[in-house]
Amino acid sequence: MLGMNKNDTKMLLLVAALTMLAPFILNPFPTDSGLAQFNAGYPDLMQRFVIFGIFAIGFNILFGLTGYLSFGHAAFLGVGSYSAVWMFKLLAMNVIPAILLSVVMAGIFALLIGYISLRRSGIYFSILTLAFAQMSFNVAYSVLTPITNGETGLQLTLNDPRVLGVSQTVDGSIPVTNLFGLEMRSTFEMVLGPWAFQFNAGYYLSALILLAVFYLSIRIFRSPFGLMLKAVKSNQQRMNYTGLNTRPYTLAAFVISGMYAGLAGGLLASMDPLAGAERMQWTASGEVVLMTILGGAGTLIGPVLGAGFIKYFENIFSKINESVLHGWFSALPDGLEDLLVTLVYPFVGKGWHMTLGILFVLVVVFLPGGLVEGGQRITNWIRNKKAGGKTPTSTTEPAE
Amino acid sequence: MDAILLQILNGLDKGSAYALIALGLTLIFGTLGVVNFAHGALFMIGAFCAVTVQRIFNISYETVDESQTDFLGNALVVKTPYIESWFGPQMGGAIIDWAVPLAILFTVPIMIFVGYAMERGLIKHFYKRPHADQILVTFGLAIVLQEVVKYFYGANPIQTPAPEALSGIVNLGAIIGMDIVYPVWRVVYFFFSLVVIGGIFSFLQFTTFGMVVRAGMADRETVGLLGINIDKRFTVMFGIAAAVAGLAGVMYTPINSPNYHMGMDFLVLSFVVVVVGGMGSLPGAVLAGFMLGILESFASMNEIKSLVPGIDQIIIYVVAIIILLVRPRGLMGRKGVMED
Repeated sequence: MLGMNKNDTKMLLLVAALTMLAPFILNPFPTDSGLAQFNAGYPDLMQRFVIFGIFAIGFNILFGLTGYLSFGHAAFLGVGSYSAVWMFKLLAMNVIPAILLSVVMAGIFALLIGYISLRRSGIYFSILTLAFAQMSFNVAYSVLTPITNGETGLQLTLNDPRVLGVSQTVDGSIPVTNLFGLEMRSTFEMVLGPWAFQFNAGYYLSALILLAVFYLSIRIFRSPFGLMLKAVKSNQQRMNYTGLNTRPYTLAAFVISGMYAGLAGGLLASMDPLAGAERMQWTASGEVVLMTILGGAGTLIGPVLGAGFIKYFENIFSKINESVLHGWFSALPDGLEDLLVTLVYPFVGKGWHMTLGILFVLVVVFLPGGLVEGGQRITNWIRNKKAGGKTPTSTTEPAE
Repeated sequence: MDAILLQILNGLDKGSAYALIALGLTLIFGTLGVVNFAHGALFMIGAFCAVTVQRIFNISYETVDESQTDFLGNALVVKTPYIESWFGPQMGGAIIDWAVPLAILFTVPIMIFVGYAMERGLIKHFYKRPHADQILVTFGLAIVLQEVVKYFYGANPIQTPAPEALSGIVNLGAIIGMDIVYPVWRVVYFFFSLVVIGGIFSFLQFTTFGMVVRAGMADRETVGLLGINIDKRFTVMFGIAAAVAGLAGVMYTPINSPNYHMGMDFLVLSFVVVVVGGMGSLPGAVLAGFMLGILESFASMNEIKSLVPGIDQIIIYVVAIIILLVRPRGLMGRKGVMED
């Protein structure tokens, strides 16, 4: 279907089902039950799932296929955000031109940085992108204050000269972002007995875009172009010796992944029209690296899983505090309860970064294929057990 | 004129921190061939060694002093550090005052141990794996170390003052008839870094151990064929590199109160320094550290900032990008090393 083989179609359909039904899937617990804090089905978080999913898919096109580890991709996210907010300020509150501009601007920016950075490979490439990203952060933070509004961040104000549309609404407030009148923040709430499901316009727009770019990334992975990138990853020198210039291919991959990042930035700004320099810091670039590796670099669905995983933990795990833990272990004897709480507490709540770091180290050491490889190993193990260990195992290796 | 001298001083000072961290980084790269993204975290751990020593010195017991009362008429509770009761108030007070320099004594063994454990526990599994994997795993490790420190010490910066005698300012220009007023501790930091750098160089230059290590850096295989266990020595060098980062951190605490993300802040800069100096080149790291420090402080002069706004924020990166493009091996890098 759509020029894909059966497995890829299945995967696309799976992602489609996951994103479209996310308000149900992420809200498994009744609203007033004790477990409701694990519900992630609120618009703000769901939007972040898909937007960072887009970001990670884009990063994976560069890192997963060509093996070039960029530590500066957050710069493109930031550029996308700034361009989108400027579009809202100057042109219209419609999200379409904003998103388009952010993709284009990020693409130009990526072309510039990629053209220089890709002259080097290996660690030098990582450090070059790192230097560029940190430079962009500093530029956005202080040098370009008239454009980026420095440390305060760029926001909409009541006297923005909006060409198409009004500077302020009738009741004197800032107009909201919309898609031809459909407000991004408008949410339809469906109450089913004790459950409450929220359907948000902005989320569904982001989810549809995610599906589109996911399809695009499948096509890129399976295309001759993708094959060429994989060849670059496995042995660039040999590619060069065959008389092939790999630079245009890697540059194209870099620009495409930069545009993905810009798209994610534009979407972030469309959901919540502000942009700040902290989005460009190099630790933010590290986050997308974490997502991709955790999910499985070089696999199609890995980055999406990784992004969802990290954002879920960031928002849900960090809410667990000491009293919640005491609530969990209250059935146990007092001494044991306190002991367990002290043991668990450093790893949840504010300390969830520690869990993430440990998990990440473990994944890099033991599971280079990330969560996807972990899942494959488990299914293979179960299958083997059922068949008495006779069936040959088949793994789809992540791109070498 | 004295404004320029002041900027040079400022630069040397910033440069000492860059040079020390970059020296450790390049030592690790030169010996083990590992790109250590956790080096900033080692710097931070060193700084927190000073915090810990200061806290240990300040552990006190409480006594009720009947002769003094607070404004409600209750007897006052007086806290006396154990150190003061052991060594007498004069001596004990002095020990607490000198917590930061004294912390050096504790930091060196701790950092060597941390470095050794890190290399044996994690990094040795990554020699054969690509540089990207090394970057990733040490990046993860840096996050973990940073979070551990944050858990125990909180997210706020912790003040660790320099000893009273070294915390004032001094007029350095008095000798040559100029007016250059400068904090004493920064001068101390500069000379301290010179001592450490000199120590590392003489260790590598004049001891048999250092000679073998240098030989191993040049040609690991041949040294191994001579029957020398080079891996063991490289592990020790990792410990020493960690100790250098730790020392840089300890002495840095009075300049800027340590917080849990100071390592990450320094990491990018020190990588830039290493790259400018030449990956794996020790003199290169030191030279580039001081050079970039001076460049940065010149760029932050008001005259230059008014000429090119914001140049102080980006000058280091601009230099690094230019160097990487025109001379990828760095200022003093060996020909052919990482020149792809």
